[in-house]
Amino acid sequence: MNKVLEVSALTRIYGRGCEECLLVTGADRATNLCSRCGSVVAANAASFELFEGETLGIMGESGSGKSTLVKMLYFDEQPTAGSATYFDQGNTYDLFRLNSARQRWIRNHKFGMVYQNAHVGLNFEVSAGGNIAERLLMCDQLDYGQVRQRARELLKRTDVFPERMDESPRSFSGGMQQRVQIARALATNPPLLFLDEVTTGLDLTVQAKILDLILEIQQQHRISMIVVTHDLGVVRLLASRTIVMKFGQVVEMGLTDQILEDPQHAYTQSLVSSAL
Amino acid sequence: MNPAPAHTPGGYAFGFMDEFAKKEIRRKILKAIAIPGYQVPYSSREMPMARGFGTGGLQLTLSLIGVDDTLKVIDQGSDESVNAVNIRNFIAHTCQGVAFTTRTTEATLIQTRHRIPEFPLQQHQILVLQVPYPDALVVVEPSEAKRKIMHGEADYARLWVKLYEDIVKFSEVTISHRYPTKIAGHYVIDPSPIPRYDVPKLHQSKALLLFGAGREKKIYAVPPFTDAEPLSFTDKPFRVESFHDEHGQRRRCSRCGSPNSFLDEVVCDDGGKLYQCSDSDYCNAMTASGGSADE
Repeated sequence: MNKVLEVSALTRIYGRGCEECLLVTGADRATNLCSRCGSVVAANAASFELFEGETLGIMGESGSGKSTLVKMLYFDEQPTAGSATYFDQGNTYDLFRLNSARQRWIRNHKFGMVYQNAHVGLNFEVSAGGNIAERLLMCDQLDYGQVRQRARELLKRTDVFPERMDESPRSFSGGMQQRVQIARALATNPPLLFLDEVTTGLDLTVQAKILDLILEIQQQHRISMIVVTHDLGVVRLLASRTIVMKFGQVVEMGLTDQILEDPQHAYTQSLVSSAL
Repeated sequence: MNPAPAHTPGGYAFGFMDEFAKKEIRRKILKAIAIPGYQVPYSSREMPMARGFGTGGLQLTLSLIGVDDTLKVIDQGSDESVNAVNIRNFIAHTCQGVAFTTRTTEATLIQTRHRIPEFPLQQHQILVLQVPYPDALVVVEPSEAKRKIMHGEADYARLWVKLYEDIVKFSEVTISHRYPTKIAGHYVIDPSPIPRYDVPKLHQSKALLLFGAGREKKIYAVPPFTDAEPLSFTDKPFRVESFHDEHGQRRRCSRCGSPNSFLDEVVCDDGGKLYQCSDSDYCNAMTASGGSADE
């Protein structure tokens, strides 16, 4: 299988930071607060790989750094240290060493992101169609008719009535907002999709529908995905491989079945047993 | 050492500002010309009139003007509007020896507000536009720091979304003036509150076009023979104001009879409407030449 993403020793420290930050924090120390300088270590030398067509789950309790990790990969946040390499059609991109214009280009053309909170991922001041159009316009598709046609298709694809495409997402239900976000993320057919707690806070039937949609998209387009969640059910359904994070560190990594049936790390054990 | 500036009877230095201030502004003008469409920050001086009344344009004019220049000042197309008259009087008072004209063709330097003259500008001419809001992105992004990054990366997607939303709601772009225009393929400028009718005149203009925003402290330029392209979707082409009446006939100026000029709508006492050239110099010239239409 072809590698899509290689993340190595990705680190994010909020605060001043010192030499000992990484040593005195982490799962073994049971804290992400540096006792010396008081900085918060959100991601502590996290490394993993992602392959083509694969869905990787990132699991962990809140504050374990899983969201920070994908936000860095989507260029929403700057890493303190570490690197990430993106492989696409024979090209290799060292993500954090590109200039900001190139980063924006990759983000617009190659990546898609669905946030937990639709307020972050969508602009409520413009219509649902406008939100999708923005992604296309970012990629210099400047034909109004085509942009509209594509937005309509995507909304149909994600089960939002295309008749409502000219309304603000503000007037949509939470599940619909999430589906508009997915439509927006898919607008440019990105090879890599980040999903950050997409079903959190939605009721169970809507959750199921959205997960179905994601599975369908993944299987049809062979998109590589990183799915961040604290919900074991989501991981079990979507992810073939899973990494477990605690206090910014990756404590366990492996096939999802293996991790859920035979957890090795004490934290994963307690996580799995508390859920079942 | 600088040559001692010629003083006016009122005791003002030639051009009102000190030589260092003028030199700084000229330097910023050169930078603006070197980077077409880029907003160059400059230290806007206090002028003896309120900001928002054309201090940016005035500072450009005062920095550029010399005794052998012929100046024309326009406000909304007219030489006799209050803003034009005041600025002309001020420059006459502080720039001894400068000639004034109302004829576009005779001027070497033209300061204007809200219009570009009807007569095509020539290579030896400089047009100075007064700008209230220099940044086209201000409608979509309030933070100037972010706007600067967006301009640097030519990231205008949100401006495009605004056009998209306009077409969704009103079936066409509703921006009547300050139409966002892409200069030399990169920077999008706010071309000051000129009507759409004047936007195509920015494209491959023979004259140097300078934009000064005194309150916002920015100078930018469209150099001669530079591409200027109003943002528009490929299948929804940019169009200028229509002056056709209900029968599809192009309205003529009621004074000079020109069928080609930008018309002002004047409401008469009896409630009727009158259409007249907004450019008074053009209208006068057409009237003098016997009302014949220019071709």
